[in-house]
Order: sequence, then structure tokens, then C-alpha cells
Amino acid sequence: MAVLYDAPGPRTRRRILVWSVVSGLVLAGLLGVGLWQFAEHGQLDAAKWAPFTQWPIWEYLLVGLLGTLEAAAYVAVLSAVAGVFLALGRLSGVRVVRWLATGYIEIARTLPVLLMIYVTLFALPGVGVNLPLLWKLALPLTVANAAAFAEIFRAGILSLPRGQSEAALSLGMTRAQAMRFVVLPQAVRHVTPSLVSQLVSLLKDTSLGYVVAFTELLYRAQVLSAYNHLLVQTFLVVTFIYLVCNGSLSFVAHRLRRSEKAHG
Amino acid sequence: MAALLDNLGPLLQGLLTTLWMAALSAAGALVLGVVVTAMRVSPLPVLRGVAFAYVQVFLNVPLLALLVLFVFALPDAGLLMPLPMTAVVVLVIYEAAYVAEAVRSGVNTVALGQAEAARALGLTFRQTLGSVILPQALRAVVQPVGNVMIALVMNTSLFAAVGIVELTAAANKTNLVHAQPIPIFVGAGLTYMALALLIGLGTGWLERRVAIVR
Repeated sequence: MAVLYDAPGPRTRRRILVWSVVSGLVLAGLLGVGLWQFAEHGQLDAAKWAPFTQWPIWEYLLVGLLGTLEAAAYVAVLSAVAGVFLALGRLSGVRVVRWLATGYIEIARTLPVLLMIYVTLFALPGVGVNLPLLWKLALPLTVANAAAFAEIFRAGILSLPRGQSEAALSLGMTRAQAMRFVVLPQAVRHVTPSLVSQLVSLLKDTSLGYVVAFTELLYRAQVLSAYNHLLVQTFLVVTFIYLVCNGSLSFVAHRLRRSEKAHG
Repeated sequence: MAALLDNLGPLLQGLLTTLWMAALSAAGALVLGVVVTAMRVSPLPVLRGVAFAYVQVFLNVPLLALLVLFVFALPDAGLLMPLPMTAVVVLVIYEAAYVAEAVRSGVNTVALGQAEAARALGLTFRQTLGSVILPQALRAVVQPVGNVMIALVMNTSLFAAVGIVELTAAANKTNLVHAQPIPIFVGAGLTYMALALLIGLGTGWLERRVAIVR
């Protein structure tokens, strides 16, 4: 973005230095006020952070993380598969199929996941459908994410030049064969970065297990904080764990995007 | 159907809460998002770094974890605000990162020549950004920002998990009393869909009005 401003001369360099120092001081000041506020209320006491140097606490939280990953894995696989079919449906030549797929995608994209979770939690048991705890969380997430994955796959399929499927058809492949052997493999490779980003969003959504009381990271944090009364520390640590996990996934997505750009 | 009509009062009350909280958060997120974008392209490395870190943190942390942290944990550190205010602040902070990402992609679509021409005319960085780059960038990102706003409305439903009675919570409460899940949840779902549709149509209209025809 260096194009927005000229290469700095001596005066500008001095000014940048001055303003960098000023804004650095302001930020440091804000950080200081925050830390002072925490210290004032005893939240920085070593005793309050000491439990988080002990393995059993981490083990407890990491089992929660395992639950998060388990739920995310189920949701990712199911909604990716469903997403492919929905994308194909939305691009299908059969009008009814196209309408059904489009309708599903548009509806599922504009329903809050928590509303669907309340349905699985409180409405479905009333009509005799009592899902296992994992699926009370995973089913609504799959419903929502299938639509998101479908839109990503559709974008990938549409981004391919028409010549690809035309060439496949002219080689005598059926439409299904062309889609399966020529179009889809390329489309998926094209949208891999977006798929990884969607994985991050999905991992974040599993924190709704907190509402369902499914053993995942945020729910375990709540149980832990009810037990040790270290709310600030526990939730800060858990936020940090989420940041590390999703941050590394986002980094992968970023790298994929860059290499995609580099190779065309 | 009767359960839906008999409880229209509380449900509408919930919808009203959803609407004003979403509107307030949207306004806040738009302003903060543009500020963060401006910081991200600024000549000051400190601001660039802070803005980058800000976006990375809030793109990668679940909204619900932030809500729980701010609503239940931070009062222990003396940071106590009225509950609706806390929730709105969290949503503003969270969605601003998404707005910033969208606006930055818009900044990247503005042709290099625009910035070069602005510099050649002797505009300062602030003038370049304020009167040349951002106006064009914002026009280019109406649709993506509209999608962020739709996500924002959906995300207000998470307020139900920290004890705010907005539409989702109102629907759930009504159902717990009357055990009429189908009309109540379908009604609530249709309302959310209508809101998303309204935003979609609104941004579509806005985009046609402000789009730059080249």
C-alpha cells in the first residue's frame, strides 16, 4: 500500500517518527490503564494465574478442545459433502432441483444458528426427537454450514472457464463425468483457501456448545470457572486458545491464497 | 398459530430489542471498521501493526467467547456496564474486524493510478485517503459490507445466551411456556429471513445508486 504516500523525505521521516512515538505512547498508556485496572481489582495476582501453570487444569481444557475439534470435524465433513451436492443442485439443469437447492441455501443462510439450536434443544424433544448431545450442536451447525460450503463450491465451479466442461463434453464424457473428473477437482483446488476460512468460522461456531452443555472448550471453561471462581483468567486463557487454533488455520488459508495467486 | 398470536406482545418486544441493538451495533461497526482500515493503510508502522493485530484477533475468536468474557468475567475486573450496552460494544468490536476486511478489499480494488494521481497533485496522505481512495473503495464494497451486516443481525441472536431477551430468546421463552414450537420458531425464523432479505434488497438498491459506471 506504499503507493498511498510518497517515499518519505527527511522531514516526513521525522514526522512519522514523532507520530509513531506519540501513537505508541497513547497505546502503551491505554494498555497501562487496562493493566492498572486489572491489578487494582487483584486480577493480576500471581495466585490467580498460578493454576494455569498446572497440567490438570490444561488437561481439563484440552479435553474440551478435543470436543470442539470432534464436533467441528463432524460438521466439516457432513456440510462439505452436502455443500457439493447443493452446489451441483443449484447449477443443475432440472428446474425443480435448482429451485429446491437455491431455496435451501437462501433459507439456511439467513437463519441464526442459535435459533436452530433452540429448536433441537427444546422443540424437537417435545415431538419425540431427542438427539444425542453432540448432534444437538452438530445438526444445526451442519444445516447452516452446508449452505455456506455450497456457495463456496458454486463460486469455484463458476470461476472455471467454460472451455473446461465443453472440452470434456466434446471428448464424449457425460455431464456427470465432466463434472466429476474435470470441473470439480479444479474447482475444489481453486476454492481451498475459502474452504479453510469457512473451517475457521465453523470452529468458532462450535462454541455454541456452551448453550447445549456439550463438552467443548467454552463449556468446559464455564464449568471450570464455576469451580475455581477465576472467571477473568479462565475466559482469557480460553479466548487465547481459540486465537491460537483459529489463527494458525487462518494463516494456512492466507498462505494458500498467496501461492494460488503466485501460480495462477 | 394461536400461541403465536397470543404472545405477539413479548415476541414483538424481542424483535424490537433485536432491531435497535442490531442498528446500534451496525452503526458502530461501520465507523470502527473504516477507522481500522484507515489505520491499516497508514504510513505509521505502529498503527498498521495494531490494526492488523486487531483484525486477526477478532476474526479468529468466537463471538460467544467474547460475550461471555465481557458479560460474566470482566465485571470482576471492575469493568461493569449495563448488559445491553456491553453486548452492543462486543458486537461492534467483533463485526468491525469483518467490516475492516471488507473495506480493505475495496481499497485494494481502487486502481493504482488513482493514488498516484492524487500524490502527483500534491495531496497529503489524509487527503488521498479521505477524498480519493475511501469514497471509491466504499462504493465498491456495498455488497460485501451488506453481507457483514446480515451476519451481524444473525449474530445478535447470540445475545440470548448471555441473558438478553431479544427475538431468539423471546421465541424460546414463549415456546417453553406454550410448547407450540412450530408456529413460534417458524415465525421467528421467517422474521430473521425477512430482515436479511430487507438488508439484501437495501444494499442492492444502494449499490446500484452509488456504483461507479466506468
